[in-house]
Amino acid sequence: MNCKAMEKYSVAYLDGSIDSRRRREVEAHLADCGPCRVRAHQFQEVWGILEEAPMVRPSASFDAAVRARVAQEASRSSLWGWLVAPSPRLAVGVTGLLVFSVWLSSLQPAARPPAQIVTAGDTEFKMIADLPVLEDYDVLANFEALSEVPVQPTTPTQPGL
Amino acid sequence: MLRVRYNVEAMARSDVQLMLDVKAGDDASFELLLRKYRSPLVNYLGRMMGDSATAEDLAQEVFLRIYRARSQYAPSAKFTTWIFRIATNLALNARRDGRYRRLEVSIQEGSHPEDDDARVLQIPDTRPGAEQHLMARDRAALIRRAVEELPEKQRAAVLLHKYEEMDYDQIAAILNCSESALKSILFRAYETLRVKLAPIVNGSLG
Repeated sequence: MNCKAMEKYSVAYLDGSIDSRRRREVEAHLADCGPCRVRAHQFQEVWGILEEAPMVRPSASFDAAVRARVAQEASRSSLWGWLVAPSPRLAVGVTGLLVFSVWLSSLQPAARPPAQIVTAGDTEFKMIADLPVLEDYDVLANFEALSEVPVQPTTPTQPGL
Repeated sequence: MLRVRYNVEAMARSDVQLMLDVKAGDDASFELLLRKYRSPLVNYLGRMMGDSATAEDLAQEVFLRIYRARSQYAPSAKFTTWIFRIATNLALNARRDGRYRRLEVSIQEGSHPEDDDARVLQIPDTRPGAEQHLMARDRAALIRRAVEELPEKQRAAVLLHKYEEMDYDQIAAILNCSESALKSILFRAYETLRVKLAPIVNGSLG
């Protein structure tokens, strides 16, 4: 084993998880290599020194704070579940609305006034029937009755209208 | 008598089983997980963030996320790996988005209220053992600062390796890296600590 390979096994040697064959190889290298031996020794010291760092402990109110946040979450999710999840109340409500809509739409045709529609239809029909005559330019240009009509002077547009 | 038997049975259940019971609507199992993991989580997050109030806030968030995820929970990994992965991600995100930067700076500068008082009043402490107390405090501050100044991933790796005594495969899963990459990360971290803690390692302060 060389110094570069020691980098790979130093931590496992430090925490004791190295297997016995590798351990023998590491220890053989440490016996021959001063810098690696110093480093391994100092790694062991650092490992022990880290034990001195004080623990950070939860405060007395920690559990209560977690419970409060979880309870808030639970109530929020139960409200959401009531709105989204399939429920008999929601099903009855939606079905009732559907039935009411269908009933309402079936009433609407009977309420229309038929007489006015017929009158408006007659006027429209006459206008449409005269359209070919009105649109024929030759007929209009040679229409004698129109030549007898006096030409009306154009009235100036009043300001403000 | 019945209550005692129930608690013993509950304690004997694995974490995965407890979480599956939470999924089934058993709030008592969530309470057991809370009691088991609150101390390791607050300790880990406290050392990650350098502040106990922040650690508590993040640890509460971890438990809330677990509770929220209960309906989708599937035991694909060790429960410990899962919960510490959530904690690590929260800690790394919190540090990156700068929410807790002010607190970190104050801790790194070592500005404790008692330090400020001592600076203003300049009254020497002549009580027996005061010198040893100061030395111990300096030593503890040096250790804490050395760990806090490690790069994020190295710091998380050391904390999980040293204090949580996790296996390499677990730590690698938490940090989302290969085992060989993790060993390299750990080597560099302990190498940095060896240099930073040289005053203690060489016996100057100890």
